Amino acid sequence: MNWDWIAPAVAILGLAVITVISRAFFMIPERELPLPDWLKRGLKYAPLAALTAVIAPEILMTQGELITTWMDARLPAVLCATGYYFWRRGILGTIVVGMAVYLPLHIVWGW
Amino acid sequence: MSRAAHIRSTLRHPSFRMAMMDMAGTSVGIGAWGLVTGVVMVKSGLSVGMAVFMSLVVYAGSAQLAVIPLMAAGAPLWVVWLTASCVNLRFVIFSSMWRSYFAHLPLRQRLALGYFSGDVIYVSFMQRFPEPRPQPEQVPYFWGAATTNWLAWQVPSMVGILLANVVPLSWGLGFAGVLALLGVLLSLLFDRATWLATGVAATAAIAAFALPLKLNILVAIAAAVAVGLLIEALEKHRQHPDVVLVPPKAALPPEEKRRVAAGDEVPLREEEHP
Repeated sequence: MNWDWIAPAVAILGLAVITVISRAFFMIPERELPLPDWLKRGLKYAPLAALTAVIAPEILMTQGELITTWMDARLPAVLCATGYYFWRRGILGTIVVGMAVYLPLHIVWGW
Repeated sequence: MSRAAHIRSTLRHPSFRMAMMDMAGTSVGIGAWGLVTGVVMVKSGLSVGMAVFMSLVVYAGSAQLAVIPLMAAGAPLWVVWLTASCVNLRFVIFSSMWRSYFAHLPLRQRLALGYFSGDVIYVSFMQRFPEPRPQPEQVPYFWGAATTNWLAWQVPSMVGILLANVVPLSWGLGFAGVLALLGVLLSLLFDRATWLATGVAATAAIAAFALPLKLNILVAIAAAVAVGLLIEALEKHRQHPDVVLVPPKAALPPEEKRRVAAGDEVPLREEEHP
């Protein structure tokens, strides 16, 4: 009998518990945990900071280093996608425009 | 109401469909991201069965992508779990906002809502219901958004797991996921404070990129919250307070007292002329 599957299965079940606890964290206690007022006001900047922190390295870094060239398909793609967003305010169009700039530059041109 | 009837009435609620429409655009990017996550899981050495299990049970894209290399390298369990917890810390922050909408529901429902609440659901929900007050249509709206997000993630993720050896990562399909999050981010920027907070977060996330366990995300959140509060304080400081004339011997009404304490008003007592 091969027991190799046990370790990843335990790791994955633990990860599922982490998903539930972290996403429900402040909803779990019956009574509200008191948070100071400044923290509540400050927390409205948290979602945009988290999103920025996830995507900024994906756009501006390669292998852990800040990119040093303008010849990177991601930069014109992000500029065009951002321009489209403020023109039409649609997320689907933002993705389509960005990919339409990115894929040819990346696959054909090799940027 | 029986459980089945309850589910049916949720599915038929107009807010359920409204949430699905709100999420439709973002779903394309979420799907591309799910596809890439599925491919990466199998390419880094997880068996197909284990990858399916992970996708269905863990349901957290960024945490999965962060721990897969660790699991492949045989890192100890506590390192895997600590990494996932750090990547998920932003959800702890979001959950304090969810509480103001869903605190009145029973614990089991609160846990279920928590499990299915991703970043994108959070953003579209907060745009529909900016007032932190419970309303009856919020629960069907949430489940509409959560269902859309779940399908948009899991179906492409399964496809990616099964086609792992056919889809080359070098195409850069994962970039569609970045663009989806970019669109969501841009929808959150509307004034000087939010733009500056984003600039600071981007700088901090890149400068602190070398930190282990994706802690750069936390550094960026802390920096952005500090800058956001600072700008709010500065803008408050810059507006000139009103002057209120207070009749002699009269006490300041409580409402005025509060405005004085907040710095919006300066009381000026009138002189008494005999």
